[in-house]
Amino acid sequence: MPSNYLYIAVMALVSYTIRILPLTLIRKPIRNRFIQSFLYYVPYATLAVMTFPAIIHATQTPISGAAALAAGIAAAWMGAGLFPVSVICCALVFLIELFV
Amino acid sequence: MKNSQHRTPLRGDASAWAFSRRVFTEGMRDGVPIALGYFAVSFSLGIAARHAGFTPLQGFLASLFNNASAGEYAAFSLIASGATLAEVAIITLIANARYLLMSCALAQRFAPGTPFFHRLLIGYDVTDELFGITISRPGALNPYYTYGAILLAAPAWAMGTALGIMAGNLLPLRVVSALSVALYGMFLAIIIPPARQNRVVAVLVLLSFAVSYACGVLPGIRALSEGTRTILLTVLLSAGAAVLFPIPVEEEEAHAQ
Repeated sequence: MPSNYLYIAVMALVSYTIRILPLTLIRKPIRNRFIQSFLYYVPYATLAVMTFPAIIHATQTPISGAAALAAGIAAAWMGAGLFPVSVICCALVFLIELFV
Repeated sequence: MKNSQHRTPLRGDASAWAFSRRVFTEGMRDGVPIALGYFAVSFSLGIAARHAGFTPLQGFLASLFNNASAGEYAAFSLIASGATLAEVAIITLIANARYLLMSCALAQRFAPGTPFFHRLLIGYDVTDELFGITISRPGALNPYYTYGAILLAAPAWAMGTALGIMAGNLLPLRVVSALSVALYGMFLAIIIPPARQNRVVAVLVLLSFAVSYACGVLPGIRALSEGTRTILLTVLLSAGAAVLFPIPVEEEEAHAQ
């Protein structure tokens, strides 16, 4: 297994390259409609795939994870920001696991 | 240049990107809530980093040089299962692909003549939140506004990760369990509001949930590592959505300059 510092270097290189390429080399907007659409949809697909069912396995009991998922979706739907949504999810898991 | 304050910024007018204490302070002010949120969320990222065998220093460095919630989380999960460097590079690329789009949008907002090094510095910390506050300011981009926000947000992100690794051992299991959903809360806060606005995104999110769940239980696919499944599903689902529901092409504005 590679050293953790090698992993960090690879992660940092990829992350920085993604951000810096459009700012330096590709200064023109991307015109290809498929690539534009693909890049538009990627964050939703990847974040959704990573959230479910992982959120249910992250907690001590699946019930609290499922409740956090439902509450997080509801709070974000009603316009709560990054920090409030996270706090609501954490608080709910903590409360439920006091009793379950 | 002295007269330039009295006119609207023109090509090569340094007032668009010049340092000003007011602009920098505004950036720091808007960076406060972002830094607070980052600190809390990166704490739970630290818990994931600890599972991957990262020391607090390694977690600090990983976050300082990546500034990416989903990207780092996906990479840490892969590393925990003994991934190769190539796998980690691919998952980082996929999970952070959205920053490519954000950087494209930011690139359009630099005033002509802005010194090149500002592009290299802004590229250091293009995240959902910092992009959001930068792009929503009217007029040409003043990098010092974003630097003000980065000055608070980046250290909070890196220190939260390190503390999460340290405290993961000390905190009661129940607290760790509660904190470990903070990151998922952040993901939901990113994907749900656009899903409310756009039916295609809403269906894509639901479909991603369903397919992700199915792949976790179906024989065969289940054998693939979680990171590999994330890469495959993201590419397939996004490509499918792009073919079936291409987004409207943006109006040509570049020639107007």
